[in-house]
Amino acid sequence: MSRLAEEFLIAAAQKSADLTHRATIKRNVDSYDTAVAKGKLRFADWEAARTYAARVKGEAVSNLAPLLEEFERKIVARGGHVYWAETADDARQYICDVARKNNVKTVVKSKSMVTEEIHLLPALEKLGIKVWETDLGELIVQLRNEPPYHIVTPAMHLTREQIRDLFQQKLPDDMNGESHQELVAAARRFLRRAFFAAEMGISGANFLVADAGMVAISTNEGNGRLTTSLPRVHVVVTGIEKVIPRLEDLGVLWPVLATSGTGQPITTYSTLIGGPRAEGEVDGPEEFHVVLLDNGRTEVLADEEQQELLRCIRCGACLNKCPVYRSVGGHAFNTTYPGPIGSALTPIVNGMKDWGHLSYACSLCTACDSVCPVKIKLSGHLLENRRKYVSEGDAKTSEKVGFSVFRWATAGPRRFALLGWFGRKITRAALAIGMSPHALGPLASWTKYRAMPDVPKDSFRALWEKNDGNF
Amino acid sequence: MKVALFVPCFVDQLQPQVGVDTVKVLRRIGCEVLYPEDQTCCGQPGFNTGQWDAARPCAERFVRVFRDFEWIVCPSGSCTSMVRTHYPELLKASRWNDDVVAVGKRVFELSQFLVKVANVTDVGAEFPHTVTYHASCHATRELGIYDEPIALLKNVAGLELREMPNENECCGFGGMFATKFGMVSAAMGDVKAGNVEATGAQYVTAVDPSCLMHLDGVLRFKNRTPKAIHIASILASRAEAR
Repeated sequence: MSRLAEEFLIAAAQKSADLTHRATIKRNVDSYDTAVAKGKLRFADWEAARTYAARVKGEAVSNLAPLLEEFERKIVARGGHVYWAETADDARQYICDVARKNNVKTVVKSKSMVTEEIHLLPALEKLGIKVWETDLGELIVQLRNEPPYHIVTPAMHLTREQIRDLFQQKLPDDMNGESHQELVAAARRFLRRAFFAAEMGISGANFLVADAGMVAISTNEGNGRLTTSLPRVHVVVTGIEKVIPRLEDLGVLWPVLATSGTGQPITTYSTLIGGPRAEGEVDGPEEFHVVLLDNGRTEVLADEEQQELLRCIRCGACLNKCPVYRSVGGHAFNTTYPGPIGSALTPIVNGMKDWGHLSYACSLCTACDSVCPVKIKLSGHLLENRRKYVSEGDAKTSEKVGFSVFRWATAGPRRFALLGWFGRKITRAALAIGMSPHALGPLASWTKYRAMPDVPKDSFRALWEKNDGNF
Repeated sequence: MKVALFVPCFVDQLQPQVGVDTVKVLRRIGCEVLYPEDQTCCGQPGFNTGQWDAARPCAERFVRVFRDFEWIVCPSGSCTSMVRTHYPELLKASRWNDDVVAVGKRVFELSQFLVKVANVTDVGAEFPHTVTYHASCHATRELGIYDEPIALLKNVAGLELREMPNENECCGFGGMFATKFGMVSAAMGDVKAGNVEATGAQYVTAVDPSCLMHLDGVLRFKNRTPKAIHIASILASRAEAR
């Protein structure tokens, strides 16, 4: 077992036993469940919207290179810069160079999971640049020195009381009460100063529209617009899979994203930006950069079986529906993208040997498949990862032995009956002389948390033979 | 109607009564029940663990043993779904290719067979207890089974059906998941057990013996009141048996 797998096991066990954590997550996720269910009813035909969204994203994934080139041409024509970053390191280097050339002291950043993926903040801070998260949830986790807990709602795991205590400690000058409204107001007061001070803004992208050459950003707090329009320099950092063919596709993708994520018809702010401030425009940056990040994505693209994972629009619906995520929370995964999509993608991008355990951290309940707005069959990808994990020789020895026995036994009804008879016989005998099931090897992990099932004397096959099938 | 019975390894070894009750119910509605003795396991444990080389021979055996039967009935949604949903992928490009899809179309989970194929919603059972239904994952989402067990339960004399909150959320079993991530699996089971208890029902039932074994283990571990019972056992109950 890899070190990361062991760490996950420990963190997952701890978290799932933490009843306070579970209650917080349940309350927050349940409220999304209700809102999302209601939101879907606003569609004349939700399934048709999903089908459309899946088709558009599928079309984009199969034409990634030409669509990105079309996007690049349009951005460059308007005076923007496009940088193709092969690795996280490339992307960090480029962004740090832009900051250095512009003598940047402060950066404001709106929500972007890609900047988490490339660990951008520590790199900028190493240069002495102060970076402020401007999404409320992201600011909260930044002040706590934590990674986001959820890809859409980064501070989902916290209660109002925890946030109040945090703000009292970190933003005392801006605190003026402790109601929800006042906590938001305190963050706003603090962030306004940051927005006006910043020389550079960094944002992510929800979609890159190829035919229009535009970056589409969805936010709920207006911080995205301030980040992209106030500072002198703006950098968009995004994965190459975010490209879509046509502007009109946003007509479905924007509402589908918002509904799946939070149940909203559309996010409060939906922004399109196409380059630096043009002549006659009143706002916008003087310098505009788009960093197109690969970082393992072309590897996923090259895999015909699994490339559909690149359709993901990062709505977070699969996390909210996942009973494992609901039990262990977002941090236990130790990945940029937690939950089903993270468990499917991370082992492919970051290595099966180290990360394969995440593909097994799933009961295959398929709830994620049923909510994915772009119809990614996530459970199928987890199964495919497991197949790869085993075929690459990473399975535990005890499991290999176990399945050799399984293979031997299932190759004939007599063997199967014999093995079953033997197993039941020794289990019954051991229990009869008062042995604890905890001592019985493979039963230990079962009986640590669950009562031992009754072990019958006869199998069905034996009963059938005894009674000649007459019950 | 001639029906071939598929008794999953779970039921065969640990819950033989579920198999016996399945036979009783099928006979009561007039089916002739055959038990092809060459069967072993559908292969799901191997398939779900990534051990496809261990699963493939099971799938081939299943297809070989059952391909000549018109109807195949199994008291487990999960194992039925393995055959219907996953065999085509597992046996892709094998010499069984053509038979796989055909067999998949003829294999039914018990409640679905009763309602959709045999057209029976009242099997003449009597079970004077309060019961809540757990909509197990593979049966619900992979096979689309929900109305069938509910219809059958509603026609059981004396039975009072109570709806469970989040009835289609996973119980936490998940095969090897239950032992690989025991604590998480049990935590999920606890949530489910809480939902079962919230209904105040005496019994929780499902079409999946494996979920029920897990739930039974979780419920008994903390001495909770509700008991787990397979739908076949409810449907097989008669007044005189009490």
